[in-house]
Amino acid sequence: MSWSQGELVAAAYAVVFVFVLVYVAIIAAKLARLQRETAELVELARGKTRLGP
Amino acid sequence: MGLALVLALIVAPEDADQGISQRIFYIHVPIALTAYFCFGLGAVKALLLLWRGDERYDLESYVAIHQGTIFGALTLITGAIWAKASWGVWWTWSSNQLVLFLVLFLFYCAYFMLRFSLEDGPRRARSSAVYALFGVALIPVSFLAIRLAEDFIHPTVFTREGPQMSGTMFATFCVAWGAVTLLAYVLYRVELAGKRLDADLRDLREALQ
Repeated sequence: MSWSQGELVAAAYAVVFVFVLVYVAIIAAKLARLQRETAELVELARGKTRLGP
Repeated sequence: MGLALVLALIVAPEDADQGISQRIFYIHVPIALTAYFCFGLGAVKALLLLWRGDERYDLESYVAIHQGTIFGALTLITGAIWAKASWGVWWTWSSNQLVLFLVLFLFYCAYFMLRFSLEDGPRRARSSAVYALFGVALIPVSFLAIRLAEDFIHPTVFTREGPQMSGTMFATFCVAWGAVTLLAYVLYRVELAGKRLDADLRDLREALQ
């Protein structure tokens, strides 16, 4: 398959864009998980507070 | 990044020798320099860990090397695309610069194999730090390879006489380099904050249960 120079330039920039996009998506998924875990821990702490020492 | 893209793809003049494919230079070289910088930063943090014994440097070193590996992979991919456009092949083993960068990249890929094969703790932190420090020796070799080798085909743009390009091209390169460095810094801070938060939540869960 032969590629034109313009297509190769576009491919180089597209690869970088896709990499950054995937990286940001992974970080976003991780932050969403941390947000869920924080909410769970807040509930756990509230439950412990209600029960008392 | 937007300004860098506009400058690189629209404003910068077309190279008389390479034509449109030279525009890959504005993304490939800043990414390669950022990869070197991240590996260097990882080594500095590793040295601080070994010197001061503060465990926070372990995570900082790991995240910097992780960033360096990502930018290293991008360097290899964009370099292969540029090679196809300029030389007609995706890869050539006759260029020392390419081979040495691949060695550097694979060396840091092995860093993760070492790190995740050990139990979490001070031993893992110290072993990873020593490995990261060994890797930093490859950076100047890889960087200077195109100047040391006589039979290279990889182009040398920055010589003792200064950058071998027009003022607009150099300005575009500087903006692109600044943009990629800023992107790497933001990604580094975000990943570091995420990992620290993860560790804090784990400690909190253990304390509550």
